[in-house]
Amino acid sequence: MDRHISRKKQTPRITRKKGLQLLKNADLLELGSLADSMRKSLHRSKDVSFIVDRNINYTNVCINKCKFCAFYREEGDSDAYILTKRKLFQKIRETLALGGTQILMQGGLHSGLGLDYYIDLLRSIKKKFPVHVHGFSPPEITYIAETARLSIKETLLALREAGLDSIPGGGAEILSDRVREQVSPKKIRSGQWLRVMEEAHGIGMKTTATMMFGTVEGPEDIIEHLHALRGLQDRTGGFTAFIPWSFQPMNTELNKRSAVSGQRSATQKSKNHRIHPATAVEYLRVLALSRVYLDNVPNIQASWVTQGLKMAQVALRFGANDFGSTMIEENVVAAAGVKYCAAVTDIVSAIRGAGFRPVQRDMYYNIINNDL
Amino acid sequence: MSLKRIEKNVLAGKRLNPEDARALFESEDIFTIGRLANTVAERKNGNNAYFVQNHHINPTNICVNRCKFCAFSRSKGDEGAYELTIKQIINKLRKHVGARHAVPSHSQSTSFSEVHIVGGLHPDWGIDFYLDMLGSIKKNFPGLHIKAFTAVEIDYLSKMSGLSLRKTLTALQEAGLESMPGGGAEIFSGPVRNRICPEKISGRRWLTVMETAHRVGIKSNATMLYGHVEQYRHRIDHMAKLRDLQDRTGGFQAFIPLAFHPKNTTIEGARYTSGIDDLKTIAISRLFLDNFPHIKAYWIMLGEKIAQLALKFGADDLDGTIIEEKITHSAGALSGVAMTRKELVNLIQQAGKISVERDSFYRAIQ
Ligand code: SF4
Ligand code: SF4
Repeated sequence: MDRHISRKKQTPRITRKKGLQLLKNADLLELGSLADSMRKSLHRSKDVSFIVDRNINYTNVCINKCKFCAFYREEGDSDAYILTKRKLFQKIRETLALGGTQILMQGGLHSGLGLDYYIDLLRSIKKKFPVHVHGFSPPEITYIAETARLSIKETLLALREAGLDSIPGGGAEILSDRVREQVSPKKIRSGQWLRVMEEAHGIGMKTTATMMFGTVEGPEDIIEHLHALRGLQDRTGGFTAFIPWSFQPMNTELNKRSAVSGQRSATQKSKNHRIHPATAVEYLRVLALSRVYLDNVPNIQASWVTQGLKMAQVALRFGANDFGSTMIEENVVAAAGVKYCAAVTDIVSAIRGAGFRPVQRDMYYNIINNDL
Repeated sequence: MSLKRIEKNVLAGKRLNPEDARALFESEDIFTIGRLANTVAERKNGNNAYFVQNHHINPTNICVNRCKFCAFSRSKGDEGAYELTIKQIINKLRKHVGARHAVPSHSQSTSFSEVHIVGGLHPDWGIDFYLDMLGSIKKNFPGLHIKAFTAVEIDYLSKMSGLSLRKTLTALQEAGLESMPGGGAEIFSGPVRNRICPEKISGRRWLTVMETAHRVGIKSNATMLYGHVEQYRHRIDHMAKLRDLQDRTGGFQAFIPLAFHPKNTTIEGARYTSGIDDLKTIAISRLFLDNFPHIKAYWIMLGEKIAQLALKFGADDLDGTIIEEKITHSAGALSGVAMTRKELVNLIQQAGKISVERDSFYRAIQ
């Protein structure tokens, strides 16, 4: 499958201004139909892909304490953990047995874990298992580099040498420092997130990109985010997919303390103590706009984990061409109170039920099984 | 197939025929379908999206029918079978209505304006029980609108009491019944009905009950249960029959498509409907049922996300903010149990509609 998109056949690129105008004013169905045509022009129109993988959170201890995160613990908390190798291997074994091809390794920023830990971890995984390791989002890479006193590039090279295959797009939230200051003040800044991705792409590593919206951002911030990704992708072509998802507000600092000082997204005026999660309409608007704006990113994922299967089906007509991962385990979202159990069979039948042909893929969007 | 001709007819206000409906169901152009449905909805109800604060009571889950897809019903003596006394029903209502409402008053400042009562077909309860129940509710809560009994229950009460449908309905009406929900319609087609609920009254009988109700001045809704073993033509036939009856009586207020929930039920081969099918069905019903004032996206059944999107696809009503809907929940509905008024209003506003709290006849409540 094409990893780079030729933009020859396409209509002219959407400007920032036009993007903002669409996000603010376009009718949902108009936006959806634009996104749907774009999807059809980029993909075999009936295929919808997904990957069988497992999310492994190697530790939940984190110094960052982002306000929207329901997952992190402090060292010494009774339920703080670092996964043992034995458990980790067990999880990988189960994943492979279920037809999985990849693990997604992410965790908190644990002050006790250095580069050596990661290198040893990766080597020992690769020695035992033929599995793709998609791991360590930019905040983790940055933290590992800092504690090891190495450059980002050196760190990435060392990790790759040990077995890291690709990098997930987590920690991007909204790439607008105005927003980041409010929701994740200790987390790396936008520029740093983009720098890590650029370095990774530079050494030939593929990555994904995410966006978490529905906190305190406005439409401008969303456009800023998409614009930054599009610019980087023009230079590197290293993003395989974009995954927008909406903040799940239960059980987090952001919600408990109403820590958000001011503005909520364009239409949300309420000053209540509880943030309303982004509604279905808002999710689809952002999704559709992403498809239209990110003309150089091949794949857009629907987030069934945060939206549920029925919404993910609808998302397939609002720009998404991929169902993401089977998420055999999703601690980060599950801890925030959203639980959707979807095994491979559920995903396959959901894709089919929406009128598409399900295909299993790898991280590079090669189809590895279309007989499902 | 292009929808051009259909679009022209819709915009000209011309009635769609069954072939048009079929073309719509078979089309993948959900954007055109949604846009047209929204246009029709706006013509009928402006930019309004209604909701109601109501309270559901299921007096008993004991039912002689035991329909296959019904996870709610029990047989007498089964574990989990229950029957409420009239006193218990009054107490439940009192708990929710609060004191304001308990005294005879003309005050409209009620926390909820409607009670919705449906239940199983109890082997021993005759019409007297129901007349008493209605009477006591009216006595205790005079301002409360009583919407009660599906056509299936009315048919059963008429048989149990040996009264004609008309007499049964007028007796209930005199005791306080003001409108009827639309349940039990399922799918009218005989062969399909025989596969999913052979125990239930026929489609024709359902329509006769409703026609009689409308004639004595009782408004009702109409449902359609889809996404089990039926085909598009059965949905179309179902809607066509409703449209014919509505032409004659004008007694239907809202049409409510209900997506089938396969969990906990025993119909083979049934799966969850797709979100896309849910939205299309809403939209096509808005386009086809040109004489129905309202299309309801019943959020408890659809889930709040699809229900919100339905407001962009021709629906103008989300039903209630409520609580205690046992029939739906035991069949594995997807949504959370309750939504606050604020959440509901937010959903409506984020869909770009004006939220209007309504009474049982779609009049705005301040
Ligand atoms: S989101 Fe990530 S960086 Fe932030 S507290 Fe949670 S685990 Fe730590
Ligand atoms: S659906 Fe109604 S009639 Fe059928 S078993 Fe359930 S309660 Fe009884």
